[in-house]
Amino acid sequence: MGGFTFNITDIAAMMNAKDLVTKKMVQLVKENPKVCYINSDGTGKSGPLREMYDQYPNRVLDVGIAEMNLVTVAAGLAKKGYIPFGQTFGPFLCVRALDQIHNDLAYNDLPVRLIGTHGGLSSGYGPTHNTIVEFGVMNAIPNMTMIAPSDAAQCVKMLEASLTWPGPIYIRIPRGEEPEVYNADYDYVIGKAIEVREGSDVTLIATGTGVYNSLRAALTLQVEGLSVGVIDMHTIKPIDKDAIVRAAKKTGTLVTVEDHNILGGLGSIVADVLMEAGVPARLKKIGIPDEFISFGYPEEIYPHYGFDGTGIAKTVREFCR
Amino acid sequence: MTKVHLEHVPDLIEKAGEIRKHLCRCARYAGNVHIGGPLSATDVTVALYYKYLGFDPDNTEDPNRNMFVLSKGHNGVLLYCIFCDMGMHEWDDLLHNYNKIGYRFGAHPNRKYVRGIEVSTGSLGHGLSWSVGFSHANRNEGIASRIYCLLGDGELEEGSNWEAIMYAASHSLDNIVAVVDNNQCSASFMAGENIKWNTMADCWRAFGWDVHEIDGTNMYEIDRTLAALPPVDLASPGKPICIIANTTKGQGVSYMTDRPYAWHIGGLDDEKLAETEVLIDRYTQEQKARS
Repeated sequence: MGGFTFNITDIAAMMNAKDLVTKKMVQLVKENPKVCYINSDGTGKSGPLREMYDQYPNRVLDVGIAEMNLVTVAAGLAKKGYIPFGQTFGPFLCVRALDQIHNDLAYNDLPVRLIGTHGGLSSGYGPTHNTIVEFGVMNAIPNMTMIAPSDAAQCVKMLEASLTWPGPIYIRIPRGEEPEVYNADYDYVIGKAIEVREGSDVTLIATGTGVYNSLRAALTLQVEGLSVGVIDMHTIKPIDKDAIVRAAKKTGTLVTVEDHNILGGLGSIVADVLMEAGVPARLKKIGIPDEFISFGYPEEIYPHYGFDGTGIAKTVREFCR
Repeated sequence: MTKVHLEHVPDLIEKAGEIRKHLCRCARYAGNVHIGGPLSATDVTVALYYKYLGFDPDNTEDPNRNMFVLSKGHNGVLLYCIFCDMGMHEWDDLLHNYNKIGYRFGAHPNRKYVRGIEVSTGSLGHGLSWSVGFSHANRNEGIASRIYCLLGDGELEEGSNWEAIMYAASHSLDNIVAVVDNNQCSASFMAGENIKWNTMADCWRAFGWDVHEIDGTNMYEIDRTLAALPPVDLASPGKPICIIANTTKGQGVSYMTDRPYAWHIGGLDDEKLAETEVLIDRYTQEQKARS
């Protein structure tokens, strides 16, 4: 295992999320004259994004390596009635351009959709290219909506659902090489968690890549006699409080799973919900420790931090013992 | 409300004098307001709102309108005064409820609370990127109107400006007019004292903009410059335009221009206000004698 699974000579391939996201963007731009797409030196030398860039000079833009400009240009288009999607590497979008997100998208309350790629530790490029803060940061910004699809097909559903969502959205996708979680169609609603698997002993509340790994862990633990439920918490803000409270009342034991700093992310948000609802439950958080992580490819990093199926199963097993 | 349009320069000068006095009344009744920057930007802003924008107080959301983006958001009070003068909002509300909980006129402008404000600003270095977004939207719809973006010289220290400056020239967004209120003073430093801006016009030119450096205190020169801008040509776009308006912080009030760094934010008492209004009247009459 290990190593990159894409070719750096065509950077657009890195944004593709199994081609599905790009295909959906192209479709949206072609079918809806109000949809805009802005990238930051990720258009690529050839391929569907480049073709779109050449075809729609005022709706499909590439601002160059200038993420702050990307966010506010998108805000300008949104103010004029457009539905802009802005996509680039997560760290440069949500950390570097946070002032623009805070003021121009959230404070001005405009329906821009940001797509931050390489969420969590998925990039394999080290701490400068990881994004470990989005959940905490976006959760603390009024008007913001924060979603994290568990696979590429769900991201496509999110893009479709986002068209009619009133305010700004930050969409966090990983590298785009992640396995599929769902093998059948389902209804997707922003803000409504999905119970992917029922269980009576413990509920894993997972998001992003954590969903697939949690399902792997659940299968392992099932063999050992532990009944593990899994919830796909694809919307971090607004969080589905009812789903959390229901799970707490049902199993009494919750484990959150996220590819995000253990501080301030999904686990902390779930703890807030439980405390405010006054629902007693045992809670364990699985995430990235509060440190700048070692170098390495995600295939190696995830097991190292106990974030793969085996590692999650181990933590849950010990917690439920 | 009636649409306010002033065609002749002496009338614009007179209006600028009235707005300056309103600003100083805000400094008296509202307490500490940004005063030095709004005073230095008054002339060019008055020329835009009362003549070149074709601003219609009754139709501020017309998709074909010329737009004014206040990048130096701390000049919000200047726009509040203009809007009140045009009858869009109440003077009493501005003078007595400025920056108060539950009221509309904040220390930095909010587009949702104050009709006429295009975008909520305050954090510096955002206006040109907003303008790029508006520019593309207008081009896409075949709207040949302008986006005027008012910036401060100190604000240009923010790197995000230069992302937009580079982009706008690269894509020939000539429907953008950046107006720099070059008042020679930030909150802490005089121009050149810390960050060196001796070559500001050259910098914009090097990035591909068409630059006009003018006396931003001379309404005749402001009027000539704005009148001479080429029409927006969607078919064969040219360079985006930058007007560097040289001014002094506190323009029109001699004791402020003598100590511009002291008047970034300020308040006045009754006695000082009376003295200031006399100074502004005298300054306004002097301006009319120019050409």
